[in-house]
Formats: sequence, C-alpha cells, structure tokens
Amino acid sequence: MNILASQASRRVLGLGLLSGGFILFAGVIGMVAAFHEREIVDDFISLGQVLLLGSPFITSYLMAARLTETGEDPPVILAGGALIGLLTALPTVILLLFNSDEYRYLLDASLKIIPFVAASYLAWKSHAQGNETRQVAATWLVAALLIGIVSFGFALIFEVKGDLRGVLVNVDRDWVEVVTFDHRRELWTGIGLLLAASAGAGLAGVIMRILPDIPRRALLYGLGVTLLVGAFGETVRLILQENLDRDTLREIFRRDTLRQNAAAVLFIVSTLAGFLWAMFGGRAQSEFAALDDSRRHTMRNLGMLLFAALLLALPWLIGRTLSDVAVTIGIFVLMGLGLNIAIGLAGLLDLGYVTNYAVGAYILAVLTSIGPLGLFKGSFTFWMVIPVALLAAMFAGFIFAVPVLRMRGDYLAIATLGFGEIIGKLALSDWLKPLIGGAQGVQNIPKPFLFATELKNPEQLYYIVLVASLVTLFVSIRLNNSRTGRQWMAIREDEDVATAMGIDTARAKLLAFTLSAATGGVAGAIFAAKVGTVFPNSFTVFISINVLSLIIVGGIASNPGIVVGAVVLIGMPELLREFSDFRFLMYGALLILMMINRPQGLIPSKLVMHEAHAGAKPKLSAGD
Amino acid sequence: MFRNKSGEFSWVDFTIDVLRVLIVLAVVVGAWNTLSSGRISLAQWVNLFAAGLSQGSIYALIALGYTLVYGILLMINFAHGEVFMAGAFSAFFLAEALNQTGFLNAQPILAILLLFMFAGLVSMTVAVLVERFAYRPLRGSPRLVPLITAIGASFFLQYTFRGLYGSHFKAYPQVQLLQGTLQLGDISIPVTQIFVFSSALVLMFGLHWLVERTRIGKAMRAVSENKEVARLMGIDIDWVILFTFGVGGFLAGSAGVINGLFRPQGVNFYMGFIPGIKAFTAAVLGGIGNIPGAMLGGLFLGVIEAIGPNLVLAGLGIPGANQLKDVIAFTMLVLVLIFRPQGILGERLSETKA
Amino acid sequence: MKKYLLLFTALSLLFAFSLPAMADGHCMDELGCVEVGQDDPIVIGALLTVSGATSFYGEDSRGGIEIAIDARDGMLLGREIELVVEDSLCSAEGGQATAQRAAADESIVGLIGTTCSGAAQGAMPIISEAGMLMISPSNTSPRLTNDDVDAGGTYYPGYFRTAHNDLFQGSMGARFAIEVLGAETAATIHDGDPYTEGLAVVMADTFAEMGGDVVFQGAVAKGDTDMTAILTEIAASGPDVIYFPVFTPESEFIASQARNTPGLEDAQLMVSDGSFSSSFAGNVGSGAVGIHMTSPYVAGEEYDAFLMTWDDLIGGSPPSGFHAHAYDAVNMLMDAVEAVAEEADDGSLMIGRQALRDAVSAIENYAGLTGTLTCQDESPYRGDCATGSALAVYEITQAEVDGAWPPAVVWDMSMAMGMDEG
Repeated sequence: MNILASQASRRVLGLGLLSGGFILFAGVIGMVAAFHEREIVDDFISLGQVLLLGSPFITSYLMAARLTETGEDPPVILAGGALIGLLTALPTVILLLFNSDEYRYLLDASLKIIPFVAASYLAWKSHAQGNETRQVAATWLVAALLIGIVSFGFALIFEVKGDLRGVLVNVDRDWVEVVTFDHRRELWTGIGLLLAASAGAGLAGVIMRILPDIPRRALLYGLGVTLLVGAFGETVRLILQENLDRDTLREIFRRDTLRQNAAAVLFIVSTLAGFLWAMFGGRAQSEFAALDDSRRHTMRNLGMLLFAALLLALPWLIGRTLSDVAVTIGIFVLMGLGLNIAIGLAGLLDLGYVTNYAVGAYILAVLTSIGPLGLFKGSFTFWMVIPVALLAAMFAGFIFAVPVLRMRGDYLAIATLGFGEIIGKLALSDWLKPLIGGAQGVQNIPKPFLFATELKNPEQLYYIVLVASLVTLFVSIRLNNSRTGRQWMAIREDEDVATAMGIDTARAKLLAFTLSAATGGVAGAIFAAKVGTVFPNSFTVFISINVLSLIIVGGIASNPGIVVGAVVLIGMPELLREFSDFRFLMYGALLILMMINRPQGLIPSKLVMHEAHAGAKPKLSAGD
Repeated sequence: MFRNKSGEFSWVDFTIDVLRVLIVLAVVVGAWNTLSSGRISLAQWVNLFAAGLSQGSIYALIALGYTLVYGILLMINFAHGEVFMAGAFSAFFLAEALNQTGFLNAQPILAILLLFMFAGLVSMTVAVLVERFAYRPLRGSPRLVPLITAIGASFFLQYTFRGLYGSHFKAYPQVQLLQGTLQLGDISIPVTQIFVFSSALVLMFGLHWLVERTRIGKAMRAVSENKEVARLMGIDIDWVILFTFGVGGFLAGSAGVINGLFRPQGVNFYMGFIPGIKAFTAAVLGGIGNIPGAMLGGLFLGVIEAIGPNLVLAGLGIPGANQLKDVIAFTMLVLVLIFRPQGILGERLSETKA
Repeated sequence: MKKYLLLFTALSLLFAFSLPAMADGHCMDELGCVEVGQDDPIVIGALLTVSGATSFYGEDSRGGIEIAIDARDGMLLGREIELVVEDSLCSAEGGQATAQRAAADESIVGLIGTTCSGAAQGAMPIISEAGMLMISPSNTSPRLTNDDVDAGGTYYPGYFRTAHNDLFQGSMGARFAIEVLGAETAATIHDGDPYTEGLAVVMADTFAEMGGDVVFQGAVAKGDTDMTAILTEIAASGPDVIYFPVFTPESEFIASQARNTPGLEDAQLMVSDGSFSSSFAGNVGSGAVGIHMTSPYVAGEEYDAFLMTWDDLIGGSPPSGFHAHAYDAVNMLMDAVEAVAEEADDGSLMIGRQALRDAVSAIENYAGLTGTLTCQDESPYRGDCATGSALAVYEITQAEVDGAWPPAVVWDMSMAMGMDEG
C-alpha cells in the first residue's frame, strides 16, 4: 500500500505508461515498422528497434536521475528501471494479443468491460470530490452510456472486419515482426523477448545513470555517435565517398548500412574519445576561460574563420548529392530569414509566405524559359531576372499587405493563410494558363551562367544560396538594430502603445511585409532555376507551414536558430527518408511541444529570452 | 470617403475603398452578364441554392465549434477541422460495418442515430484531449502562442489519423432511405439535401437550448462574459472550457456523419482541413463568438460557393470557373476581415474582450 | 511463344550495335561503363512515389518490378539483382533530389521510374547528363517524349517509357465517344492535376478535329466535394458525353452527383485510368452503371499468372493499373543489360551506358505483358515504347457496383483499327 502511494512509485508508473503509450502510438501509426526498414548496424539493430528500446532506456535514465536526487537506494531504482521497461512493452503486448487469432476474444471482452470500469472510475472521482450520491450515480450512468456507445461501435467494427488490420492499417505483419523480434509465429516467445528486451533497456538506462560521471559520459558519447552514424549511414557514406576508395568504403558500409566490425570500431573509438574529453575536456574549457581577453578574442576569430572556411568548402567536402540537400536547406534558410522579419521582428504572423515564393519562381520561369511560355526565350538571364523577381515579390508583398494592415494577431494569420490558398489556386487555374501554364506549369528554365560556366550542379548553386543568405542575414541584422527595427519591436510588444508613441504603424508594418517578401521571391527564383521547371503543386500551404515550423523550432528572431531549424526540419527528412512520411506529424508535435515547453526555440534569441523572462504579453486585439 | 477617423487623408483607406469599388463592380458585371445570357434556368438556380444550403449547413455545424471556443477563450481552434475529420473518418468504419450486417438499410433511422452518437463522441474525445493536453498549459500566454499550437495540433491530428486508418480514400455506403428526389413542379430536390438541412437544424436548436436553458449553458455564458467573476461565483472554469470543446466536438462529429451521408466519397485524413478553414470563414462571416451568426454565416457561405462561380466568374468570362470556388470562399474571408471584422451579426468587439 | 520472342529480341538487340563496349579491359563506350565487380550484385534503381497521397501508384509499380526480378530468381548474368527504391514523391523537386542520388551511385545500371510526369521533368536532365537511362512505367505526359522545345517538349536522351502517351488515351476517348457512342457534343472536366489536364485537352482537341463540338471545358479543384455548380453549368450546354479523366475521389463525386443533376440524366459519362480502381463503382453506387472508362488493357494467361504471383509474393491484388508496365519496363532493362554486358578478364562486367541506351532504343516487337512494345525514336514519340495498343474502354455494370472487378472490355484499339479498314 505504502509502496503504491509513494511518490517514487507513482513517478515510475506514470513514466512507464507514458513511454508505453508512445511505443504503442508509434507502432499503430506505422512508425516502428517504417523505421525498421533502416538498419543502423548491418544484421544487428534497426532504427525501429532503437525506437522500441530507446524509449525505456531514456525514460529510465530520466527516472534514475530524478530518484537519485531524492535519495532512493540503487536497488529500488534498478527495480524501477526494469518496471519501466515492462510497462513500456505492456500496451504493445496487449495489442499483440488483441491482434492474434487465439486471443482476439480479449479485445471483445475489454471493449465490453471498458465502459463500466471507466464510468466507475469517474464516479469514484466524483465521490472523492465530495459530490452527493445522486450526482455520483448520474455521473456513472452518463459516462457508462457515452463510453458504451463508442465501445459498442468499435466492438461492432472489429467484429464485422474480423481483425484489427481492417481498421488500423499499420497493425500488420511488419509491425508484429518488429515488436516480436521476428517471432511472429511463436507469439509468446516474441512477447517474452519484447518484455525482456524492454526491461533490459530499462535496466541499462538506470545503470548508465548510476555509473560514475566519466565512464557514463564516455559511453553515452560512444553510443550516440555510433547510432547517429548508423542512422545517417547514407549521408556518412556519401561524404566518405569523396575521400575514400571503393574497396575501403565497402569494408565500412554495406550500401548505406554500417557493417558490424566498423560499428564496433566506431563505438570503441568514439567511447575512447568521449573518455578523453570527459577526462580532459573540462580542463581545456577552464584553460580557455582563464585566457586573457585578447587571446580569447583571437581564438574566437580563429573559430569563426574556420567556420567560414567550412561553409565555403562545404560542397567539395560533402559531394553532389548532399550539396543538393544543402541547396534545399539553403532555400528554406533564406525563406526562414525572410519570414522572420515579419514574425520575429515585427510580430506579424504571416501564414501566406508561400505567395512570395511562388511569385519569385513564376517570374523567373516566365522571363527566362526557352519554352513556349517564356516571354523572352532565353534572352533574359538568371542574373538579370533575380532583381526583377525580388522587386515583384516585394510588390506582391506590398499589395497583399495593404488590405491587412488594420488586422492584428490571429485575424492577420488567417487572412494571410487565405491569400496563400488564393495564390495556389490561381497558379493552377485555367484562367491564367496562357500566362503561367496552369496545371502543366512552366518548363525549360535555363540554369544560371557565370561568365561562360553553366551553374548546373548543386555544388555551384550552393554558392548562390549562400551569398543570398548572407546578404539577407546582414540586412536583417542591420534592420533589427535600426530605427525601423525598434519601431517593429514596439509594434510587436504593443501596437496601441506604439501608435500612441507616434510610430507610423501602417508604414512600419508595410515595410516589414515588403522586406520579408523580398527574400521569399529570391528563394522562389533560385528554386525555379534549380529544378528547371515550375509546377503549381510546389506552392502549397505546406511551404508556409514548413517555414513557420523551422522558425518556431529554431527560435523566433534568432538567426542561428533559423539555420538550425532548417537543417533539422528540412535536412533530416531528406537525409533520413524513413522520416519523411512522418514529417508533418513531427512538425505538428514539435510545434505543440515547443510552444508548451520551450517557446523561445532551440537556440533562443537574446531578445526573446529577455522578453520571456519579463513576462511580456503583447495584447493582440482582434479586428480594428 | 478617403479620410480616416481624424479626418486626414489616408492612403490605406483609399486603397481599401478602391478595392471595395472594384469588387462590387466585378460582381455586378459578372452577374449581369450571366443573367442576361440566360444560360442557366430559374429551376437550375433554385437547385444550386438548395445544394448550397445543404453544404452550408455542414459548414455551419463546424463553424459553431469555432465560435463557441472563440467566445470563451478568444482563440482560433485551428485544429477544429481535424476534429470534424476524426468523427467522419471513424464513423465511416461503423457505417460500413452496419451496412455489411444489413442493419443500415433495415433500420436506417436507428443506424443513423447510432452513427451520429458514435461520430459525435469520437470527435468530442479528440477535441477534449487536444484542449486538455495542448491548449490548457498555454492559457494566458500571448495570443499567437495558442494559434501556433493549434496549427501544430491540426497537422499532428491529420497525420495521426493517416497513420491509424491509412491514406486511401473511403466512401460511406448508400442509405436507401435517403435516395431519390422530391419533385416540386419544375424543381427536383434530392432527399439527402432535405435530410442534411433538417438534421443540421435539429442540432442547432439543440445547441441553442443547451446554451440558453441549461445550467451548464449559463455557466458557459458567464465564463465567456468574464472569467474572473465566473470563478468567484463558484464556476469551475476548466470544466466549462472542457465542456465547450466537447460540445463543439460533438457538433463537428455529427457534421462529419451528415457530410458522409450527403457526399459519401472522399473520406480521408485530409478531409477536414479545407472545410475547417471554410467553417472558420463562416464563423467570421456571421460574427465570431456569435452562435446564430455562425449558423447564418455557414448557410451564406454555402450558397455563395454554389452560386458564385457560375454567377460571377463565368459571367466575367473566366475559364474553368468552378476550379476557383475556393478562391471565392477565401476572398470572402479576407473581405469580411477587412470590411466588417465583426461579421454580419456581430457587435463590435470591445477592447477588453478583443 | 515467349521464348521465341525473347530470342528474337535478343537477336535484334545484337544486331542493333556493332561497337564493343570494351577493348583490352578498358571501357570504350562514349558515355562510360557501369563496372560490376566479380562478386557484386547488379543494381537496378527505381524512382517511385512511395509516400504521400499517390503512393499506391508507386507501390503498384514496385510490385511489378519485384515480380519481374523474382521471375529470374533474382539473378542476372549469374549475379544477384539488387533493387534500390528511392521515393521521388510526385513533384519536380522530388524527382530532382532522387535523381541526384541515383546519379551519384555508380553501381546503378539503369532506372525504372518515375511515377509522376512532373517528377520525371525534374529528374531527366540529371539522369541524362549522368549517362544513365530511365524507363518509366507510368509517365504519360506528351512533353516527355517531345524534343521540340518551342512546343513545350522536355525530351532528354536516355528517357523511355512503357506507359501510354496521353496522346493515345485522350484520342482514344474521343474516338470512342464519336464512333461508338455517337456523340456530337462533348464536355471535359479536369482537376488541376497535370495528368488529368493533359488528357482532357487531348480528348477535346481530338474530338473537335474529328468533327465533334466541344461545348464545355471546365475544371474542378482537388478536395471539392460539391460538384453541383459545374454540373449545372454543363447541363446548360447539354453535351452528349462528359469526359472527366480526374482522379478519385473527385471523379466519384462528379459521377454520383451527375445523375441527380437535372438535364444530365441522359449524358454519357466517361472517365480514365485515374479512376480505374476496384472501389470506384462501389463508391459511386448505382449511378455508376453505364460509365465508360479508358484504361490500360492487360489480359491473357500470362497476366493471370502474374496476378497469381502478386498474390503469393505481395498479397492481395495490385492497387493500380501500371504494374504490368513496370514489369515490362524492368524486363526490357534486364534484357538489354544481358545483351550489352561484357565480361572482362578479372571476371567483372562492363556495361556500356550508350550501348545500353541503344539497346533499349532498338527494341522492336517486344512481347510484354502490356502487348507488343516497340521503342520509337521520332518526336513527339521519342522513347515511347508503348503504342497505345494496350488500351481499352471498359463499361461498368451493376455487377461492378456490387463488388465485382474489373469490368468487361467493350472496345479496344484493335476494334478501332478494324473500323478504319471497314
């Protein structure tokens, strides 16, 4: 009784079920099976299994961290870790049973019992709150009835369908194979393996936490590096391919998968490196801190120089395929920096940013295409059209901004979302087909030329994006520190006060929209030149959501944050294709989690940090 | 005309007024061209109008959810379209099961009632869960924070249901009772449309009764007027908010079933996104936060969408006019936000409330 | 029968080129060679749409490819065949990104793909530049095989397809409407997808050329559910036939609502392979009876065997209509590899890239599942290996509404030929 009631066991129970719910959810939506396709170490472990075991591992690690603080005994904590492991597997085991032919009746029985159990629980809670008997009874009755209808509905559906798979498409053979470690036929063996592996992972998490500091850090480092290299095997292979010969490469990778020997070597080496860093890293840091200012300054500058050199040499280090990804990331960085002027600096939530992107792309397409829709049949070059695309996007930003100047906050967001949709539909329409090709888009867009060289490879296009991003970065930093920047800040904090202070809010907002649109136009133009064709289905609301997400995740108004956000949100699904089906699921979850737990983003801007601490709550009023 | 409140010339007002004139001109010219060409007969217009009313009553039911939540929390529950999808998508499986057992056509009324309850409750659960886990931790934060969260919730729900039920399009089975048309002289109206309109009306009156006549309804109104005072009066604010989300969810789920019986095909995870934005438009059109306004706005939007492309766009000689139906809806949204943010029935929101 | 034709093809392939790809162990091919080491597998790439709303097209093609490889026990020239599938999405940028990946992989001998025509337009410049070849099982856009830039063509050397050019299907729809249905007036609807828009335009153009009157050309948007407005407008112009080659579910909405629209009770409805799925008739309900569908036509004993294999290997039945095209595409590629590959002294294989292109290009009278394939080299059909003979018109009856599938073929191109003669 005491054990159940203690805070420690409640925490273990809660965390275990949370982890179990996550694994069940990941399985039911198909994530586990999809991730299983990606092997991390050849013939040894897959990403799906890492997901399956990583959840109890991390959960118990966190649990152990907490319980060590509160001074629990190691055996108790170890037991807690094992329990978390078992609890993590529990929901999945139950679903496995429901899904099996022999135990399907359990599903039916549970659906019949659930309404009564749930209703009784609610009634008990109602009683505990001190309600009258009449109310408690009413609660029970209503809850039993309502939950009963849903339960009955699902029972009927499963009854008629005959199995879970008819409804839950991802509760399929693949999923069963992954969670039973390939023991689909011997269900109980599989369940035993799952429980054992999960409990083991839970224990491992606790042990990892209880280890002394230095070996722990070394091991975590080794594990992390090995898993990352394994998961991003293709990326690593592509980079190594630039420098290694085919045979050596084949020793390390089987296509994109790390071989076992290579993984073992990598693990040992990275653990050793972690060990060394854990032993001596602290000293290096303190020595750096002990340096006098000018020396430190020199070191910093050296670091910056190194970083700049890395940026410049990047395409040659990572090869063509990854340069292509880098260009895509760069296009989104560009848009992120642009949209940040509206959202981050001026506080205007623009959900129609795709408009500017589309305008830039179509302007470039129509002006430079050598196809039937090209107005000048190639006599205009990329470089001549880039300023035109920029101006056109600014003009579009201006036109769309005027009607919404009076709106604030969420109304503004919805109105701009509407603009985005309108532009998308117009680009697709038969009405504008003679100009921009309608559904068929515009083809035959030539690549940019620099002197006599055609910049057709991503390695070359990378520099265009890099320069454009740096220019945008420079402009946006200068703007932020200018008078206009301070006006935007005032508007973002409180528009009414800004007006009262004599700021021409209409002008300032218009400027924000127009400047923000400019980079969107450039990004669109580069995109069009890169792909060589422009189709309307590239310009959907998802672009706007992508850009918004990367700003939120990286950190509003934080320039480094935007780059990190783009690398994570745009780059990761490109590099780890198993992710791409769950891209928007992750974006959604990230937006919610970030807003709740870390509204300032991964790399917060100093400004926003300050505001968050000051508890500033901009009063955004709807309408006029 | 081109002066703002203080009487100075304002080029923003000027531009907006020019916009206003241009739009009125386009509508008048387009309508005149279409009507004078006589391509579409009166009976056909009536048919379009009836179809628009039916579609509009579905928008209205979804719009009620936006308006209820906005009335209480002043937030746009961007994920509400997905709440609608959750009910419609889940109830599809029940409808299919009922059809396979033969119950759907043997006892159509009972079966449809069961579908309503099922979809309503599933949507209610989703709405309540979203409120509890995504929105409640953010009460009192700046206005844009819950909106961004809601956008996140919208995508999260879409792709969760895609993962659960798959990405293939499904179609509700046909209910024999609802087949056929009702002949009124020249005009024939499909029975489904009558069913859609009348069941939506019943639900709306139910909501009206709930808000105006019951204790919880009174609590909802009190919370929407002033949360602090309501709390002092002993009202459990969190519970009222949860209940409001639940009611909105139930209506959205019911709308999902109505939609499924009216336009059976096209059931999938994405089916709530566009109707959600349309319903929001309807809510704004009627005056957000205003219950009769949402109903009126929904019907109005449905009719505009049905008639607009043929009346205005085709009259202006725009090819593929029906492709641009959504453009009409979104233009309406933007225009309302510009010219009459308080909507058709809404009062001007006081500064404290807004 | 099949063996004989294979032999014939192989012979014609051998005849097609005279330059050896290799001399003294060095690659002599102008585009370079794919070197396959002694113990290495032969790698075939596939750029398909395997995620997103249209993923079932990609899964469909993937199944066809896997069955073709399985039919050779996964072996080619005594080596294992390895299939690498990349998700090209359904967009130009998606096609480009995966093409970039494929081009970087020197072990890939050839590519099957893409699923969507838009993706091919993004991919082909890179594939072509890299000296590779790509055979598409489901691109149908006429642009891809047209090399006239002024006419909007985007042909790149190395591009082939076993899917039928829209020019075939669209004109077939028009011929059927005029010659069989006796239609004098027609209306077309598309849904803003490049594929359906292209088909609708070709159909309307051919219909007008053949003397018919196209009274309405309109469009709906993806995601629309209420089609009353456009149907009312169409009713006002009173066409004999409405051709809406749009995808499900929009085609289902149009079909089911058309019957309730006053004035359209007697109009003939025609859809295309965008709606050719086993759930179409059931989803539309009784209103589907009498609808005609133009779609790939694959039949015969070999095809039945193929379907059996599908059920064994993958389970169920193919989700769409391009699996046989994929089967043929990968077989053509493998045959060409067999014909071109030369063994070096160290036991590795040299496969000349230009030689491989030439070999595919020279394919004539190839007996595939989708009929007889002959790769053409004349714009606007450059790289088109399907002749359109494997297309047919199906008619939906009450049986399909009740769950039977597929419907019966009521007309095909051979009948059209017959009519020409008669």
